Formats: sequence, C-alpha cells, structure tokens
Amino acid sequence: MTAAAEGSPPLRMAGSRRSPLLQSEAVQGFALISPTFVYALILLVLPILVVIAHSFWTQNYLTIDHTFTLENYRIALTEPIYRDLLWRSLYISLTVSLLTVALAYPIAYFISFHGGRHKSLWLFLITIPFWTSYLLRVMSWKVILGYNGVLNSGLMGLGIIQEPSDALLYNSTAVIITLTHAWATFAILPIFVSLEKVDRTLVEAATDLGDGPLRSFLRVTLPLSAPGVISAALIVMIPTVGDYVTPKLVGGKDGVMIANAIQAQFGKASNWPLGAALSVTTMIIVSLMAGATVLVFRALQRLAR
Amino acid sequence: MTAIRRFLPGWLSSYAVLYLLFLYLPVIFLPIFSINTAATPKFPLSGVTLHWYEDLPRTPALIDATWNSLIVGVSAAILSTVLGILAARSITRYRYPGRRAINGLIMAPLVLPEVIVAISMLLVMLQLGLSLSLFTVVLGHVLVCIPYSMTVLTSGFEGFDRSLEEASADLGESAFGTFRRVTLPMVAPAIISSLLVCFTISLDEFIIAFFLTGTEATLPIYIWGQLRFAAKLPGVLALGTLLLFASFLLMTIAEILRRRAARRTQNEGGLYA
Repeated sequence: MTAAAEGSPPLRMAGSRRSPLLQSEAVQGFALISPTFVYALILLVLPILVVIAHSFWTQNYLTIDHTFTLENYRIALTEPIYRDLLWRSLYISLTVSLLTVALAYPIAYFISFHGGRHKSLWLFLITIPFWTSYLLRVMSWKVILGYNGVLNSGLMGLGIIQEPSDALLYNSTAVIITLTHAWATFAILPIFVSLEKVDRTLVEAATDLGDGPLRSFLRVTLPLSAPGVISAALIVMIPTVGDYVTPKLVGGKDGVMIANAIQAQFGKASNWPLGAALSVTTMIIVSLMAGATVLVFRALQRLAR
Repeated sequence: MTAIRRFLPGWLSSYAVLYLLFLYLPVIFLPIFSINTAATPKFPLSGVTLHWYEDLPRTPALIDATWNSLIVGVSAAILSTVLGILAARSITRYRYPGRRAINGLIMAPLVLPEVIVAISMLLVMLQLGLSLSLFTVVLGHVLVCIPYSMTVLTSGFEGFDRSLEEASADLGESAFGTFRRVTLPMVAPAIISSLLVCFTISLDEFIIAFFLTGTEATLPIYIWGQLRFAAKLPGVLALGTLLLFASFLLMTIAEILRRRAARRTQNEGGLYA
C-alpha cells in the first residue's frame, strides 16, 4: 500500500482525471522525441523510399529514365547470376543464424542458470570480442583459415594432414564460420535476457512433479525462452543476408553474396536502378524468411507444450 | 538422476570455456603476429620485433586517417548521444500513442542490412546535392549509433525516480537548478557510457564510411586499402592491436559507468536488457 502511494502511479491517476494534462503529457513526450524521430525519417525512411522509387526506373548512361518499369525486378529474379547470389545469401544467412543460435543457447543458459555471482563478468567477457574491429576480425579468420594459415600449419604440425589444405578458405563454409563468430554476441544476449525472465519456481515445480532435468528443460525452460531464441535468430539472419566484408575477404569466387553484387551496381557497373531493385528484392525476401522463421519457431513452441 | 544433475553444469562450464576460446581465437592472433619479424602470419614465429609499431607514426596516410576517424567519432558520438537522450527521456518518461512504433523505427538500423542502409543514404545525399565528405559519414554513423545510445540511456533512465525532481522543484529549486543538481548527476554515467559506445562504433564502422566518404579515409577505410597488399599485413596487425586495446579500454570504462548509472537509479539490466 505504501509502495502504491510512492512514485508515478498517483500522478498518472491525476492525469487521467484531467484530460488536458494527459494531452500535454502526450504533446511533451512527442515533442521531446521528435528530433530523433525526424532524423530517422530523413535518413532512414526517406532513403528507403528513394531506393524503392529507383528500382522502378532505368539507367540511361549518365542519366536516369523516370518511366515506370518492372524490368529491373525481372533481371533481379530471373538472371541466373542474381538468382544464384540471392539463394546463396539466403542459405548462408539461414545457416549462420541457426548455427549461431544453437551454439549460443547453451552459453546463455550456463550464464543465466549457473553464472552465480559472475553473471555480469561472463556477459562482459562475451561482449569484448564484439567490440574489436569487424574488419580485423574477418581478416584474422583469413589468417587462421588460409593456405599458409594457423589452422593448416597447426594440423600439419600435429601430423593430422600432410600438406596444407586449400579447402578451408575462399568458399561459403569460410563465410559461414566467420559470420557465426561475428554474430555470436548478438545471439547470446537476447537468449540470456529471456532466460533471466524464466520463473525459476516453474522449473522447480516441474521437477517436484516428477519431470527429469531434460524433460523439465524441454517442457518449461525452452518454451519460455522461445521469444529470446526467435529474436536472436532474426537479429542474426536479417543483417547477415546483406553482409559485404566477409564474402569479399574470405568468400572467394564461391562465397560471393548479394551485397557484393549490389555494391558493384552502385560502383563499377553503375546501374543504380538495378542495384536498387536487388536491394528491395533482398529486403522483401529476407522479411518473408524472417516471418517464416517466426512461424516455424511458434509452431515448435506449441508442439513442445 | 543426481549424477546427471551434477554432470550437467560441469559439461556446460567446459562448453562455456571452449566457446570463449572460439570467441577470442581471431582476436588473440592480432597481437601475436603483430610482433612477428616475418610478413606472413604463420607459426612458428620467426622472431620478435616492434618495428611494425615503430613504422606506424611514420605513415602520413595513417595519421590523416586517424585524425579523420577521431573527428568523425567525436562528432557522431556527441550528436547521437544528444538525439539518444531526447528519445530515451521521452520513451521512459512519457506515455503517448505511437510511442512503440516510433521507438521501433529509431531502433530499426540495428536489424537492417548495413549495405542497404548505406546505399539508400548515398542515393538521398547525392539527390540532395550534398557532396560526399566526412560530414556525410557523420550523418550516417549517427543513424546507426542512435539505437546503441538508446539502449544504454534507457537502461540508465528507467527506474529514474521522478519524485526526486518533483521534491527538488517543491523545495524551490528552479527548473535549470533541478536539472543540474538532481537529474544530471543521476544520468551522467549513462550519458558518458553512451558517448563511449557511440565513439567506439563509429571508430570501427566500415560499410557506411566506405559508401559515404569522399576522398578522406577513416581508419577502417585505410585498413581496407592496406589489406590488398600482403606485405602491409604486419603493419595492419600492429594498428589493429592498438585499436583493439583502445576499444577494450573504452568499453571497460563505458561498462563500469553504465553499471554505476544503473545502480544510482536502482535498475538492474544489462546493456541489451
């Protein structure tokens, strides 16, 4: 009762009784956020609209022909090169996000359930590698996986292989390994947060009612942490589709992804509308894939109960 | 059954250690190969030298890139933190329709492919007739820094007890006095933490700078240029090691400050909670 008398609830009650006050609260809040909101509108929403507009136009040497056309989308979806790049990007980002989530879950579980007093230390240790330059981390993987690299010389030193293998670098596997490493932190944190919210008494109740550790994990902990798993999967999946640096540095010819093609259209090839159409197609397909992932996870969550 | 229960945490903690090794694996090789005498990064090391570090201050292009990165980083950090303060304060303090949608939009750059964010900004800037320069890079960096600034600041502002401000006003303090003597001391650590996080992100950011810069290179762009030459690798590794320690230092300070901020406003929540 004393707790209810303190803090903001009484203020809000006073506000709802007098509607002008409530209105002024809304106006004040909106006014305060509007600079940031307008910034995001000008530098995010407007640019994306401009990209969408460009995707319906045509490049005419140095000028842009503003007649409406779907030709760019026909090229983006039917030209074998772009179709292959899109498929590969989707395959890589889906693999990376599933792999990252699968590898991250036990660690998040460990920190949340067995971290004890050192929880924040563990979280800090996990975030540190993420704060080192992305470019340098990717390059470091190149050093590790290369023909004369650390892994090859290590395996040769141990006598496991006789000569260096060139199968480690410049392919989609190298891209998948590098991206799985790069996005690890982004997957651990949301899973950890949702595991922290799991009511421990529910797990105890399941155990008391005769569920073994595995069963109570599968039927209580896992379904309750599903929101974290879903957001981790999406947080990794969506940005990795458009990754540019990793395929460029460790992907070689077989690891090229759609972002490299998009960049080429805005650079050397200088066909902005086609680049725009490729971007829009990528965004739409990745949104569909993200939606499908959410549905699949929800279905699995329902099955587990 | 108890055997499984006792076995599980043991198994989990060894997994946790292995996972940390995997996370730190690429990071560890930067300092190791940066003191190697040979230009090719491979074991065993051919000898230990610091001359790659000694060469760094003698490279004019690198000095320029460092200055550019500092200018961009400081401007982006200040701008995004100011915009972040306004938004975080509005989100944590007021209730109004559309609040969640606006918040979602501001956080969106976090989950959009960076290349697409970069090229769409490029198109608009060219259309508006802005010439590409460090200024356009700052504009881009601010957009991607705001979500991080928001997470740090909301965790600092949430649970902020409004009655303290009201008490101060009731006791006769002016609006500015209340802000300076009550609000600011409570949120200052979160603000400094946000500045550091944004500076670090801007310092490391490559894609947006790559598309939006004119002729001036930032540090990541300089590094990107150097990566094409195998002989330049040790120099890049040395530079990378220095950057690694700089980021580590800044993030440690930011984390300590963020925790202090959270403790002051009695709010337990991680950086991403």
